[in-house]
Amino acid sequence: MRIDGKGRIDRTRPVTFRFDGCTYAGYKGDTLASALIANDVRVVGRSFKYHRPRGILTAGSEEPNALVEIIGPSNQTPNTRATVQELFEGLEVRSQNRWPSLGFDLLEVNDLVAPFLSAGFYYKTFMWPRRFWEGLYEPLIRRAAGLGSLSGRHDEGVYEKAWAHCDMLVIGAGPAGLMTALTAARAGADVILADESSELGGRLLSDEAEIDGAPAVEWVAGVVAELTSMPNVRLMTRTSVTGAYDDGTFGALERVGLHRRPRPNLPRECFWRIVAKRSVLAAGALERSVAFEDNDRPGVMMASSLPTYLNRYGVVPGKRIALFTNNDSARATARSLMAAGVEVAAIIDSRTDAPDEPGMVVHKGAQVVRARGRMGLREITIAKGGTQTRLEVDCLGVSGGWNPTLHLTCHMNGRPRWSDELAAFVPNEGAIPGMMVAGAANGTFSTHGCLAAGAEAARASLEALGLGSGAVDLPQTTDAPYNIAPLWQVPGKGRAWLDFANDVTVKDVALSAQEGFRSVEHMKRYTTQGMAPDQGKNSNVAALAVLADATGRGIVQTGTTTFRPPYTPVSIAAMGAGGRGDGFAPQRFLTSDQASRDRGAPMIETGLWYRPSYFPKPGETTWREACDREVSMVRSSVGVTDVSTLGKIDIQGPDAGRFLDFVYSNTVSTLPLGRVRYGLMLREDGHVLDDGTCARLGEDHWLMTTTTAAAGLVMRHLDFVQQAFCARWRVRFASVTETWAQFAVAGPLARDLITSELGRAPGLPFMGCTTVTVQGVQGRLFRISFSGEEGYEIAVPTRYGEALFRDLTARAETMGGGLYGMEALNVLRIEKGFITHAEIHGRTTAFDIGMERMVSAKKDCIGKAAAARPGMTGPEREQLVGLTPLTDSPVTAGAYLFAQGVALTRENSAGYITSVGYSPTIQSHLALGFLKDGRARHGETLRLIDRLRGVDVLCAVVDPVFHDPKGEKLRA
Amino acid sequence: MRLTCPLCGPRDRREFYYYGAADYLRRPAEGASPDDWNDYLHNRDNPAGLTQDLWYHEQGCCAWLKVTRNTVTHEIVAVEAVAVADAGGAA
Amino acid sequence: MPDLIAKSALGFAPFTLAGTTLAEVDMGQITAIAPFPGQSEALSRALGMAFPAPGAVTQSGDARLVWAGRDIAFLIGPVPPDGLPAAVTDQSDGWVSLALTGACTVDVLARLVPLDLRAAQSGQVFRTALNHLPLIVLVGIERSFTLLTYRSMAKTAWHEITEAMVKVGARAATG
Ligand SMILES: [Zn+2]
Repeated sequence: MRIDGKGRIDRTRPVTFRFDGCTYAGYKGDTLASALIANDVRVVGRSFKYHRPRGILTAGSEEPNALVEIIGPSNQTPNTRATVQELFEGLEVRSQNRWPSLGFDLLEVNDLVAPFLSAGFYYKTFMWPRRFWEGLYEPLIRRAAGLGSLSGRHDEGVYEKAWAHCDMLVIGAGPAGLMTALTAARAGADVILADESSELGGRLLSDEAEIDGAPAVEWVAGVVAELTSMPNVRLMTRTSVTGAYDDGTFGALERVGLHRRPRPNLPRECFWRIVAKRSVLAAGALERSVAFEDNDRPGVMMASSLPTYLNRYGVVPGKRIALFTNNDSARATARSLMAAGVEVAAIIDSRTDAPDEPGMVVHKGAQVVRARGRMGLREITIAKGGTQTRLEVDCLGVSGGWNPTLHLTCHMNGRPRWSDELAAFVPNEGAIPGMMVAGAANGTFSTHGCLAAGAEAARASLEALGLGSGAVDLPQTTDAPYNIAPLWQVPGKGRAWLDFANDVTVKDVALSAQEGFRSVEHMKRYTTQGMAPDQGKNSNVAALAVLADATGRGIVQTGTTTFRPPYTPVSIAAMGAGGRGDGFAPQRFLTSDQASRDRGAPMIETGLWYRPSYFPKPGETTWREACDREVSMVRSSVGVTDVSTLGKIDIQGPDAGRFLDFVYSNTVSTLPLGRVRYGLMLREDGHVLDDGTCARLGEDHWLMTTTTAAAGLVMRHLDFVQQAFCARWRVRFASVTETWAQFAVAGPLARDLITSELGRAPGLPFMGCTTVTVQGVQGRLFRISFSGEEGYEIAVPTRYGEALFRDLTARAETMGGGLYGMEALNVLRIEKGFITHAEIHGRTTAFDIGMERMVSAKKDCIGKAAAARPGMTGPEREQLVGLTPLTDSPVTAGAYLFAQGVALTRENSAGYITSVGYSPTIQSHLALGFLKDGRARHGETLRLIDRLRGVDVLCAVVDPVFHDPKGEKLRA
Repeated sequence: MRLTCPLCGPRDRREFYYYGAADYLRRPAEGASPDDWNDYLHNRDNPAGLTQDLWYHEQGCCAWLKVTRNTVTHEIVAVEAVAVADAGGAA
Repeated sequence: MPDLIAKSALGFAPFTLAGTTLAEVDMGQITAIAPFPGQSEALSRALGMAFPAPGAVTQSGDARLVWAGRDIAFLIGPVPPDGLPAAVTDQSDGWVSLALTGACTVDVLARLVPLDLRAAQSGQVFRTALNHLPLIVLVGIERSFTLLTYRSMAKTAWHEITEAMVKVGARAATG
């Protein structure tokens, strides 16, 4: 029901929205909850487990009941809190957890069989038979219990992530937060003030407090205007600080576009990482309920939500309202309602010494024992001194006291402290380094107390920042006391609800204790209390108190569960903003990329690089046809491929040779100028790190190549060795991977192609290198081969890469050669038994790959000592072998090797396969793999087993070099 | 989490690569016993309190850093370069 | 003159939104210079300009010496003389350079870079990350920035920065 003359909504801007297919009207400034209340919609959802009709309970982000689905053009967002969702024209909303409709829910039968559905029911009932779980029970439970539903499509909405930095982060913009921010900002601090609401002011916007003799909202407007005008202040509304992390880092979720009609490119949400030198938590406090029979009926609400609905939104959720309280805070609520012309039927105050309230009926020492009205409250039953009376009301405001919003103080393992005086947990000082807690979040509930605490928090923070004292005059306001007599539950027979979101009752908690789950952590898991999207913001402390009663312990002895991030739900889409499609990972493109795509090459990812898989020709229908042709082309004429992805590290200095000898297992320093050597690099634990070539370009100048996969790893390793062990040596290195485009030219006609490209014969011996002029460009030429054919690698500065690639391709094609891709490159190297990181996968030693002689005895090197440990060499090791299937059958990498006749068990595995391919040269499938004592077993026949892909093939064990074992082609 | 790189200043942890215990800096001399190597490679303390480990400012200046931190409080006590510029490291 | 055609990393036209422009720029000659231990001063004398402190740039005429990491700086402009007491590598082709200028540069970079660039001063340089990309940030006048990342990653850098510009632009247009 709308109240004239009240609220901060804009009555000149009506807004229509749809809820469960019906069109309703509200105003700009409404939340969905306030607009539903204005339209007298009482049931807004069904509960999670029993499908009980539920109404709006709160006016804030802690709402457990009013969770709805927002239907957008490209997305559907479940579990949206109606109390947070702002109204905009065209907002489309659907209620949750009901089937087929909100008014008539077939699954409400759960409520009738509730005695069988108590806590632990799922665990007990659906245990057996086990095979029923996946097929039957789980889908059934999920359908019945699901919290909302998803669209099943990609969320096409835009999300954002961003960083912010400040001197002071102030969390919450109520009286304490505003006072902190104002004081700090005036002293010159760089301030961020974040508040989860659409408007700054906190409860000053709801309560009818006075500051400096005027309505508090006027003071708020003045402060906000001043803060807005200051360049050193950033005001972040609609921003929930969700987590506190190490060293002043905070996570925060900003609702950027969720409160307005979708606009192209406007983010829905932004996930902020805020780095603050100091922080002040001024997040206020959350009112808690009292459990009594059927206290979940629509119309039973938190007392403090009533002035919020009245003063911010100009609505009241009933015509005749009662209040049930155990503390003084509900009195102001009653007065606000009365002043607005709403009938307050009674105040039921559990305290026998409760104060009187002029003009109102106050039942002292009384309790509400029952609520009636399945689809909306009709009547409450009041018990006082053994007599019960009934009272017709359509709304009941309940206040069981206040819990400071201290959640963030627990995010770094801090535990709160119980205050008997406040009957609440309060934060421990210093729980988050650099953070102070001020105002209601620290258990200071009066307006005066909050302003003073805010100023003090600012003062202390400014001092720590070295920004002076920040003295300000405190505005004059009230300092009302907060008197409370704890009351958690009203005794009775029926079900009294604690956790509305997860349907947990007082009895469930008592049952938990009875069944031995007496620790608070066990109770939580047994009953699921506090595990819903609201994380038990309304119910944690009450459930704990009920558990303490049931176990006969005090609250302090019972302890509390802790709070972890996030404070309020954060959508995965916001945390992963920008991470889809091209934003998933950096993409590295070769200079030949476009030329390869022009030829129809499918690109495959190798690390972050995109490389051509193969180059299809007309008439070829499978990748194998193209691959076989490319392999044969390299073996018979000439092939060209882009190898720029290999890591290239330029190493210079008088001590460069010494350094290389230390990081390579073999000796490299003796290499003559203009020559290239294969090098093997070990980890300090003796396993192979990487392999590659090293070229000597000058007296003190070397060029190391690494594998594509390990380029970054090797750079990091070299940096470590140099900085940790030989920082005084005169050696420096820099990555030049990106500065050179490099192409392999391989095959019997490779020399002819290079001659054509250079306009002269290369004249290089095998493993030679030289500088060359390529079409007028200074480049480098290496005679090295990864294919087993005569091979060259020609390098030019990257800007010329595409031009050289196209030129080499054209020249190769006139000679009957052409391009080859990664598939052919892989087959060529398997035919030669050359290893990649499929073989040097981190568990292989130099011995395993047959290179133990490359660990020089004449010098120390990284990994040498560990490589000599027992177990790193010998017949027990799995050694590199080649395998050929006895029949024409494909083999698979990842398959296991077994001797014939043994059981196929893990213990009997003799080895495994690392690389496979079909060799058109040998006309057979080939495999490389590791076999226990493999080098001594050439000629044996083994079973190759891949159970995942159904492969069971007999293979012959052979030398891993299948093609040209003497290397005659290479050295031609 | 943030580390103050001696060269770059305070930076978010995502710029850094974690390697392991600072014990890796005490590489045994050539010819050291297998036990020494075993200790160096494998044996680590797991203190509740101060510990030292190695981080690499990979998305930054590429300095290797020795970080002293408290495993109980998460406090970063010191961040030092493994190699002091122009002076040399463990030589 | 070479017969091979040189290509820049992107060859894209500048992208402008919300008063902010992203453009590929040619930095010319870039040479990495890493002095050997104890040789920083000798190097400074040989170059006629001081080896920069971390985060700093020194200048001599059109030549800039830009700090680029631990004991390494990029000489931008001239080709260095031979015989320096340092490792010298030509990095001209290794990097793509993008100029970000205009009204919203700082807001755009706040979406991408984990640094506070609001108070960055002209002549400062940062080594950091642009999301997952390696990044060198050169701060220019009037909140303009030159961003250097690996040449092979140029398209990803362009994609990430323009995406951020589009979102910042949509926010600005919404008010
Ligand atoms: Zn650094």
